[in-house]
Amino acid sequence: MTMRPLLLFSFILIAAGATAARAERLVVSLSNHRVQITSNYVGEDLVLFGTVEPDPGKTTRPGGYDLVVTVTGPRQTFRARRKSRVVGIWVNADSREFVRVPSYLAILGNRPFAEIADADTRRRLQIGLDNFLLTQRIGADFGDTVRDDPFRLAFVRLQGQQQLYYEIPNAITFLTPAVFRAAIPLPANAPTGSYRLDVKLFAGGAQIAQTNTALEVIKAGFEQYVAEAAVNKGFLYGLVTALMALCTGWLASVVFRRD
Amino acid sequence: MQIYLPIADMPVNIFLVLGMGLAVGFISGMFGIGGGFLMTPLLIFIGVPPAVAVASVSSHIAASSFSAAINYWRRRAIDVALALMLLSAGIVGTGTGVWLFTELRSLDQLDLMIGLSYVTLLTIVGIIMIYESVRAELRARHGQPPIIRRPGSHTWLHGLPLKLRFKRSKIYVSAIPVWAIGFSIGFIGAIMGIGGAFLLVPMLIYFLRVPTATVIGTSTVLTLVTMSSATVMHAATNHLVDALLALILMVGGVIGAQFGVRTGQQMRGERLRLLLGLLVFLVGLRFAYELVVRPDDLYSIRRVGIL
Repeated sequence: MTMRPLLLFSFILIAAGATAARAERLVVSLSNHRVQITSNYVGEDLVLFGTVEPDPGKTTRPGGYDLVVTVTGPRQTFRARRKSRVVGIWVNADSREFVRVPSYLAILGNRPFAEIADADTRRRLQIGLDNFLLTQRIGADFGDTVRDDPFRLAFVRLQGQQQLYYEIPNAITFLTPAVFRAAIPLPANAPTGSYRLDVKLFAGGAQIAQTNTALEVIKAGFEQYVAEAAVNKGFLYGLVTALMALCTGWLASVVFRRD
Repeated sequence: MQIYLPIADMPVNIFLVLGMGLAVGFISGMFGIGGGFLMTPLLIFIGVPPAVAVASVSSHIAASSFSAAINYWRRRAIDVALALMLLSAGIVGTGTGVWLFTELRSLDQLDLMIGLSYVTLLTIVGIIMIYESVRAELRARHGQPPIIRRPGSHTWLHGLPLKLRFKRSKIYVSAIPVWAIGFSIGFIGAIMGIGGAFLLVPMLIYFLRVPTATVIGTSTVLTLVTMSSATVMHAATNHLVDALLALILMVGGVIGAQFGVRTGQQMRGERLRLLLGLLVFLVGLRFAYELVVRPDDLYSIRRVGIL
């Protein structure tokens, strides 16, 4: 796995070198690499800053650059279920499993994806929710389906309602032709774990550079303490919670005692 | 004011949850029930994952029932012997219920089973309660004396062997129906995530002829023990109890319950039962509506696992 980004990167360098005989470098910096969930956490807006560095001695391209940032959260497996009517009652009759798909997925651009690259490139580079690879288990097989598959549509829509899946074509602003700023809204229900940010630079409809960075969403302070206790010392945690319940009940009966 | 719940993994408005605790606590104090059948759906409605809701509500019920149990204890309204008999069978019932719960969950039909059992139980129990209390109300209005169920009146259940005497309740009944009732309450409670007091109280009254003086106090003890052990079990096995959510709920719940008890004591028994019957019936209808009417969204997603 560690070889793949490297290979991809060198491939891009070669490809870029072959077609344009020049290469840009992307330098990015994230406002916060560790998002801490504390008791007053209601989501956080992250900012990604970056510059496009042209080759030494060259200037930025006259045609300008385009940028796509893909943020993927920790991978999880989900089951999408469809209800249908059986003897007058609506029951979950059909289900499909989405295997190891991102629990959070944001695809951001500086303008509509269709203007950045053609359909073929977008599909190849997984630009846009329609083109992102969502592996499904269909019987014994694994694979993505056509983009208008009802289960896929429903899955993306439901994750979107939770603000976990979205694409924003105007989330990235170029402050100068080479300096950009991207706003990444992390919702309150963002799953904990490590997130990966893939930044792809386009010019003239083709990808010319890419880089990535990462961030972590972790529970901190009281939230971390409770969550860890619940998982690691479940029985003790349960006893303490039950005792807490008894104390609350006893206190109330003392406070409100009338006789 | 928003506060982030560490296990439910979501922020909630602390005053909304406190208010829900107060409201359900008021109702539970008024009728002498735990209120789980109201609280669990309410929490699911505001977005708490159903499994976390069921697990956390159990500790909320433990708190309010302990507060109630202390009050009943002071008034000598608890039949300890009867409570212990019910509990011994109740634990077996809970174990069986948890086993079936796990089986159904693996078949992906747990939601349906919970929905169906809510509909069946709540509507039937609701209708019976409404019918009984309306009849009593009408009798009172026509000037007829209410049917008095003396502690000594017998049904076929009293003909069964293994008879035991429960002094505090002044009843002499076979252990078999006592165990049967304890088992079914434990079983139903584990599957539906409720304390079951709204089922237990009528069962004790109609089947065992337990007098009104001890029936609610005794059922409170059963609720207290089953819900406390459910809290520990849920925490130890599924790690789903949200202590922070439970704390907010129980603080609201115990305060609400105190006011509920006062309101309840000012009302006549029949009227109280009619109101509770209507409430139970309406919640049952709400579940029936969900099952029968085409849902807004046919699709739903569930996190299967972190792989």
